[in-house]
Amino acid sequence: HRTMASNVWRSMVRKCRLSRVVFSLQLQTVTLIPGDGIGPEISVAVMKIFESAKVPIQWEERNVTAIQGPGGRWMIPPDCKESMDRTLIGLKGPLKTPIAAGHPSMNLLLRKTFDLYANVRPCVSIEGYKTPYTDVDLVTIRENTEGEYSGIEHIIVDGVVQSIKLITEDASRRIAEYAFEYARNNQRNSVTAVHKANIMRMSDGLFLRKCREVAENFKDVKFTEMYLDTVCLNMVQDPTQFDVLVMPNLYGDILSDLCAGLIGGLGVTPSGNIGANGVAIFESVHGTAPDIAGLDMANPTALLLSAVMMLRHMGMHDYGKKIETACFDTIRDKKVLTGDLGGKSKCSEFTEEICRRVRDMD
Amino acid sequence: MKIFESAKVPIQWEERNVTAIQGPGGRWMIPPDCKESMDRTLIGLKGPLKTPIAAGHPSMNLLLRKTFDLYANVRPCVSIEGYKTPYTDVDLVTIRENTEGEYSGIEHIIVDGVVQSIKLITEDASRRIAEYAFEYARNNQRNSVTAVHKANIMRMSDGLFLRKCREVAENFKDVKFTEMYLDTVCLNMVQDPTQFDVLVMPNLYGDILSDLCAGLIGGLGVTPSGNIGANGVAIFESVHGTAPDIAGLDMANPTALLLSAVMMLRHMGMHDYGKKIETACFDTIRDKKVLTGDLGGKSKCSEFTEEICRRVRDMD
Repeated sequence: HRTMASNVWRSMVRKCRLSRVVFSLQLQTVTLIPGDGIGPEISVAVMKIFESAKVPIQWEERNVTAIQGPGGRWMIPPDCKESMDRTLIGLKGPLKTPIAAGHPSMNLLLRKTFDLYANVRPCVSIEGYKTPYTDVDLVTIRENTEGEYSGIEHIIVDGVVQSIKLITEDASRRIAEYAFEYARNNQRNSVTAVHKANIMRMSDGLFLRKCREVAENFKDVKFTEMYLDTVCLNMVQDPTQFDVLVMPNLYGDILSDLCAGLIGGLGVTPSGNIGANGVAIFESVHGTAPDIAGLDMANPTALLLSAVMMLRHMGMHDYGKKIETACFDTIRDKKVLTGDLGGKSKCSEFTEEICRRVRDMD
Repeated sequence: MKIFESAKVPIQWEERNVTAIQGPGGRWMIPPDCKESMDRTLIGLKGPLKTPIAAGHPSMNLLLRKTFDLYANVRPCVSIEGYKTPYTDVDLVTIRENTEGEYSGIEHIIVDGVVQSIKLITEDASRRIAEYAFEYARNNQRNSVTAVHKANIMRMSDGLFLRKCREVAENFKDVKFTEMYLDTVCLNMVQDPTQFDVLVMPNLYGDILSDLCAGLIGGLGVTPSGNIGANGVAIFESVHGTAPDIAGLDMANPTALLLSAVMMLRHMGMHDYGKKIETACFDTIRDKKVLTGDLGGKSKCSEFTEEICRRVRDMD
């Protein structure tokens, strides 16, 4: 009887695996890229917190140091690619920028390898971490493959240089669709397209047209348009008027950092990159902080909130809410804070405090 | 004009209209009497112009820019005591290259569904704006000039811009020179704008940053602006809109145009008059007794103006 029962159970688990449904006994695998500098220690912090919340996730650690393949082409290590292609979900810490290493930035390689076309940053004011703003709650969605960052530049004549900005119908449609889907899936009210189509009539004009077309298929989400300079002017006076913002590459680069500044900086801002084939990589966007690496001083909040974003992406909203609440409560309480948050605690102490709150919630 | 009169500023005004007209050959231009006046006086003060929709001619601001080669747009952003924003000690200047960069207007359809837009950076324009920025810093006792760029991504174009700034900096050792990525500037600007002084940058970045900084001090209704041209021409202007809904109702706030006029006085070397008028304006706002609607008060434009005039007269 016991053998029959265990056979039945085993075939159930196999079915779960095949249908990719997460049961309480079934662990979903996530690719973890700790990164450099403080990367490893903040990754450990996140893993500990996930463990205390009993999140049904197992971590598969991979390294992302660039290697040269046949033909001299730079690529990410095959075992990292294999892992991401299989798990489809990644969590990544900061990577050090190679100076004169001969290869392109790892972030660029990752972006091209997995066609990470959407960079998503939810910016929510953190109660207890004081900034000039209190009720920020917006999301920037940045097209991350083309636009001003095409890398195509030429010297026309001596002293005259041109830089080419490319906007395509496909990329514009794709990012607009993502933005509206995101708004719908996350109960957001509106999507605002940010552009300079009054000046760049053809390129931003094309982007805007695609947003308008996609908006027609999402009548449940309000669609507005605003010039980039007007957004900036209004953003610093009243950020509460903004909800989901979608825009081409450069504008997204600027606005996503501006908005991170509104809530306190890169140390507390989560970020996610959505790829074309179902791949999604969530990451902290601060630096490697080599001056404090290994000293148990780092603040894991950005990576933790990115991991929370990841849980929501995976449909695990309850776990995400629990961990996010424990994190915010810890910061609001102000008793156990890392140095950058104005406290004197160690990373491990901050982490343990969040773990404690998570366990107390059960 | 009333405030200048009460301050007894030794200036006379020559009014001109800027409605576009078509010259021989169908080319749009500003009226000849306006051009003649500007070429002669070299100093202009301008209010808001309405944007023509389907009027068949380019924007007047663009025409003015091209006619007088207004290559530098300068916006000093200083926190106004009494006009509350989330920031208190903003004191910076954005200097924007206003002739080239991303606003070249050169765009093409490559194939169906693929469009390219060309950003042009030239050695000459970059050197010219850098020189203006350092001269401005020196003449206005500013400590540093920061070049704002994205040369890590746009290596050739922003790289050229940055190189020119560095070269010019060599001739201005009395002014500190730093460089910062545009996204880092924005990230830091909203957390602590007091770390910034004079910022110089190409066209698009200047468009964004100048509006961002205007927002820090309270918006376009209180922000002055100046445009410097190649042949000694300088046009100072308010950068808000024409506000047709309150036009003619004595409700407007003249602060932006007034502070632009103060900028103009300083440009003309009339620092004492500029200081006197600026102080009267700031004192009026700080006092909060006579404020226009947009500043949170109930007074008329004429009352706000008279209050400033009174303070100016009392200073003598």
